[in-house]
Amino acid sequence: MAKPSDLRGKAAVVGVATYGSGEAPGNTEMDLAIKASKLAIEDAGLTLADIDGIATCSTSNAMWPLSVIEHLGIKPSFIEGTCIGGSSFVEHMLPAAMALEYGICNAVLVCYGSVQRTGEMDRKAMAKARATMAAYDYETVYSPPMPVGAYAMAAQRHMHQYGTTRENLAEVAVAARKWANLNPEAFMQGDLSVQDVLDARPVSSPFTVRDCCLVTDGGGAFVMTRADRAKDLKKKPVYMLGAGTAAWHQKITNLPDLTVTCASQSGKEAFAMAGMTPAEVQHLMLYDAFTINPVLFLEDLGFCPKGEGGRFVSDGRIAPGGSLPLNTNGGGLSCVHPGMYGVYTVIESVQQLRGEGGARQAGQIDVSLAHGNGGVLSSQCTAILGTDAAL
Amino acid sequence: MSEIGKEKEFREAMAAGKWRIQKSPSTDAYVYYPREIAPGTGADDLEWVEPSGLGTIYTYTVVNRRAEQGGPYNVIMVDLDEGPRMMSRLEGVENDAIEIGARVKARLSEIGGQPAVVFDLATGA
Repeated sequence: MAKPSDLRGKAAVVGVATYGSGEAPGNTEMDLAIKASKLAIEDAGLTLADIDGIATCSTSNAMWPLSVIEHLGIKPSFIEGTCIGGSSFVEHMLPAAMALEYGICNAVLVCYGSVQRTGEMDRKAMAKARATMAAYDYETVYSPPMPVGAYAMAAQRHMHQYGTTRENLAEVAVAARKWANLNPEAFMQGDLSVQDVLDARPVSSPFTVRDCCLVTDGGGAFVMTRADRAKDLKKKPVYMLGAGTAAWHQKITNLPDLTVTCASQSGKEAFAMAGMTPAEVQHLMLYDAFTINPVLFLEDLGFCPKGEGGRFVSDGRIAPGGSLPLNTNGGGLSCVHPGMYGVYTVIESVQQLRGEGGARQAGQIDVSLAHGNGGVLSSQCTAILGTDAAL
Repeated sequence: MSEIGKEKEFREAMAAGKWRIQKSPSTDAYVYYPREIAPGTGADDLEWVEPSGLGTIYTYTVVNRRAEQGGPYNVIMVDLDEGPRMMSRLEGVENDAIEIGARVKARLSEIGGQPAVVFDLATGA
């Protein structure tokens, strides 16, 4: 029987692009997904005619892949539409790599677009539509502010259980802002101190608005091919060394320990496939919907012991100049957060591995970890990516 | 032929003023929210039981709602003594006095016209 490690290095990300990050008035989510796709295909040195696999999803349209296929006018032999929240596009990498390896298809386009900030179907309209469609769920009656309330309650529990402080959490936002200040594409820039985060408008305790991701528009896309083909394309290939996907719950009440997410499973699977350990990872993209996220994920992925995440991020380690560059685009907290941000974690990892980070380039990077989170800490997807030096 | 679902049974009982959780006699596990089979084990012998109503606050958040919309309110998670965890509200306590680990007691109430289990601090429990 084949085993997961057979997939190590067999597929590569060969093209990436973002489009309309921040505010993109006058666009639909399809417009942004398609424009990002066109740029990602060009970045790979491919043409639309080469694309015979598609992976995409939207929270507003259950049959979204059909709309994208039609818009592009392609006839794909591989279609992946799993929608498990913001982690989805990291999740898409594993089935895409399998389909490529088995020759089901030759080039997979992964794409996403959202106009939740400026579109007619904005975040508020979407929330209302979802509430209408959702079945009785035993919890809506208490008006939990979702998703922020779920993450806030996880943070509150982490603080109680491990002595994590408000200042520790604020350090995550401060580091993200420092990276954003080096990224011309980042939506939020300017000085931000720990005190600024603590003094900002309270949202859902213990969080203030600066503990929470942005609400922006944005499109992102990347293209994957088999590794042998990737070598002959335009850009330096970024190989998928390992990937893992996990989900344990939908409602936050059903996560048994709010300080342990299923990143502990997805990370273990990804590292096992890659045959690597956290010590070999030089750069991290950890989906930071809220400041508690990177704290939990650093612990669950094995970068520090459980409970130490708050202190781990608080000595400048993850900020520019630190020993573990994390969320170098500025993250969901300060760069961009168009609803399902996961696609951006892969794009930034690829750009750093190619050395295309410009002012925010975190040195010579050969191994990066992109981690997507979806729902309310519900789904966790980990991809370990590397240059040919890591093969 | 099909029997009515657990959600409908639960909601009808709540409307009649009865809050119940489920128990699987074969595995001794309690289940809430109501399900068709027990999560994890798949046991299909779930029956309705009356919970003790006692529990412990596992975590909480205070939501900073604007004054004109009703002002701040809390959302709590309670670990019922029987085992399951549920979302709720703590009533009769200032929001800044809520503590993880506090013992609480359930009460059937209404929120926005819908039946809802809320909690009060439990003294001596």
